[in-house]
Amino acid sequence: MSDPNPIPPNPASIPQPAAAARNTARAQGRTARLVLIALGVLFILVMLVLPLITVCVYALKQGWDVFSNAITDPYAIKALQLTLLATAAAVICNTVFGLFASWTISKFHFRGKQFLTTLIDIPFAISPVIAGLVFILVFGRIGWAYDFLQAHDLKVVFAVPGVILATIFVTFPFVARELIPLMQAQGSDEEEAAALMGAGWWTIYRKITLPHIKWGLLYGIILCTARALGEFGAVSVVSGHLRGKTNTLPLHIEILFSEFQLTAAFAVSSILVAAAIIILILRNIVEFKGRKEEHEHVR
Amino acid sequence: MYVELRQVDKAFKGYKALDDVSFSIEKGKLVGLLGPSGSGKTTILRTLAGLVHPDSGDIYIDGQRVNDVPASKRGIGFVFQNYALFRYMTVFDNIAFGLTVEKKDKAFIRERVNQLVDLVGLQGLQSRYPHQLSGGQKQRVAFARALAPNPHLLLLDEPFAAIDAKIRKELRLWLRETISSLGITSIFVTHDQDEAVEVADEIIIVNRGRIEQKGNPADIYKEPSTPFAAQFIGESSVLAHYRTLKGFESYEGYDNAVIRPELIQIAKLGKQPYAHASEEGTVEDVFFRGSLIEVHVNVQGMRLIGYRSPEEAALAPGEPVSVLIYRLYLYNEDKVRLAENARLKDENTVFI
Ligand SMILES: Nc1ncnc2c1ncn2[C@@H]1O[C@H](COP(=O)(O)OP(=O)(O)OP(=O)(O)O)[C@@H](O)[C@H]1O
Ligand SMILES: [Mg+2]
Repeated sequence: MSDPNPIPPNPASIPQPAAAARNTARAQGRTARLVLIALGVLFILVMLVLPLITVCVYALKQGWDVFSNAITDPYAIKALQLTLLATAAAVICNTVFGLFASWTISKFHFRGKQFLTTLIDIPFAISPVIAGLVFILVFGRIGWAYDFLQAHDLKVVFAVPGVILATIFVTFPFVARELIPLMQAQGSDEEEAAALMGAGWWTIYRKITLPHIKWGLLYGIILCTARALGEFGAVSVVSGHLRGKTNTLPLHIEILFSEFQLTAAFAVSSILVAAAIIILILRNIVEFKGRKEEHEHVR
Repeated sequence: MYVELRQVDKAFKGYKALDDVSFSIEKGKLVGLLGPSGSGKTTILRTLAGLVHPDSGDIYIDGQRVNDVPASKRGIGFVFQNYALFRYMTVFDNIAFGLTVEKKDKAFIRERVNQLVDLVGLQGLQSRYPHQLSGGQKQRVAFARALAPNPHLLLLDEPFAAIDAKIRKELRLWLRETISSLGITSIFVTHDQDEAVEVADEIIIVNRGRIEQKGNPADIYKEPSTPFAAQFIGESSVLAHYRTLKGFESYEGYDNAVIRPELIQIAKLGKQPYAHASEEGTVEDVFFRGSLIEVHVNVQGMRLIGYRSPEEAALAPGEPVSVLIYRLYLYNEDKVRLAENARLKDENTVFI
């Protein structure tokens, strides 16, 4: 244990000028700190808090009735339902994938492992619009899979499946990214110990691995949800903006906005803002609990 | 033979971690695997447990070849070097784990766990988590957990490594008594020879993936059969040359010699009864070691280490002394022999 604080100087032993210099240095340090904190707070206020407040104020500007009409509009409700559906699909799919991928990557050694890990990150690196275009290229009229889909009477692009696929694609890495380092950090000792006592892989996974990664998993799921709720770019390309059919909430907002229904647009936006705030709170709880537990259990 | 390894080889990426390892262990014995760091001790245990698969060779447990039996079916208890307790389970659940996996009924599990908790002296700690335990308590939990499913063979990898010196002594005596009262065949790994000598019925010395010697501690001490064993066991130090030492002029055919403190006697000049068999030397250093005094003496440019009792007259650095060497271990590339001081033998004197 190294002590980060130097030994406090003995006041009597410090010559006056040195003490004075020290005091001014300390004062300068304090000013710098205050300035930096003030800048940070100002930045957050202007860039984050102010817009959120504006959304809410604008949404309620023309009174409660207009607000409630906007959010109970059948198209808005349809859009909300589709958003929730796409989000649920993305969370389930990516959680399952994340669990498998992290298990595979951390427990087995195989060729191309590094490559696979890099591949998982593609949705982070690539612009969502491009992701959407890729789906059009694959499943759309000019796509490779078009004939097959036609033959089986399936519609992907400009239909609900396309929206869901696009959402899954852009939120693909969240859970896996959270879990891979956690799984790699956990020594296999505990799992070996369990295996030696005759436990099967499912018991080991459930009783040993899962408790270890559960907060990370929740954290990944929350991030994934947040991203899925707000996804715009990729979904916008594949959805075709069919009102009441393939519009998600963000798309609906965009349409309202482009039709100059500003109050309605902001009213619907406030649903997403509320969701974001809830997610933020959950995220903090999970992060706090996870960290606390880790502190406790890791020696 | 209860446990047997026959010509087991294991290489990790071309590095031979186990090289033609063969040994066998009788039922009910407590055996110590002793060797320097990286010598392959853990690998031997893991091979026995089925966590490492040998490249060639056979493993027999209780007469059955177990190479193809998976780790979970070998019925072996394993105490890991770092305990590997289940972090998110209480002491009770840790100990109960093996029984739960075997789907034993609740009442039986409770009874068995409580019995083990009593055995290892952890009463009242059942509902604690591993991070709420001291090193010694964790060690006991790991031990109880390994014992719970009634294994026929218990493997312990440096069970005391993470425990401070004092509790360590206590724990190893406790472990010895507990294991011998249960009568489970056990193998434990250590790189501390005091521990091996004190705890084990039999010691297997491992070096660079090979078995150097196997035998009971006293025999290995008295008759090391390989140069490595001779140097490794005891507070051995290597002598640069021995042919010029009184009493050892006539030993032929060996290049090197090893000496241990208990094989020499250091006396004040003129106080040495076997002066004709003794060398003269100069005291270099004197260390107080509590129950004994360690004296470093320079004899013909070589440093010899010997012990004296605190009751004897004190020696000071620089003082000339008489050094009697009773015995040496002489060795070559591949052979070792014990050499007695010939001048003592000639006189037909009895020494202590
Ligand atoms: N999984 C592995 N992959 C590569 N090399 C390994 C592996 N396991 C062990 N080794 C190597 O095999 C040799 C023997 O290792 P082992 O763990 O058996 O040593 P040890 O005698 O238990 O040492 P220590 O006293 O330090 O625990 C070492 O050189 C080690 O680096
Ligand atoms: Mg080891």
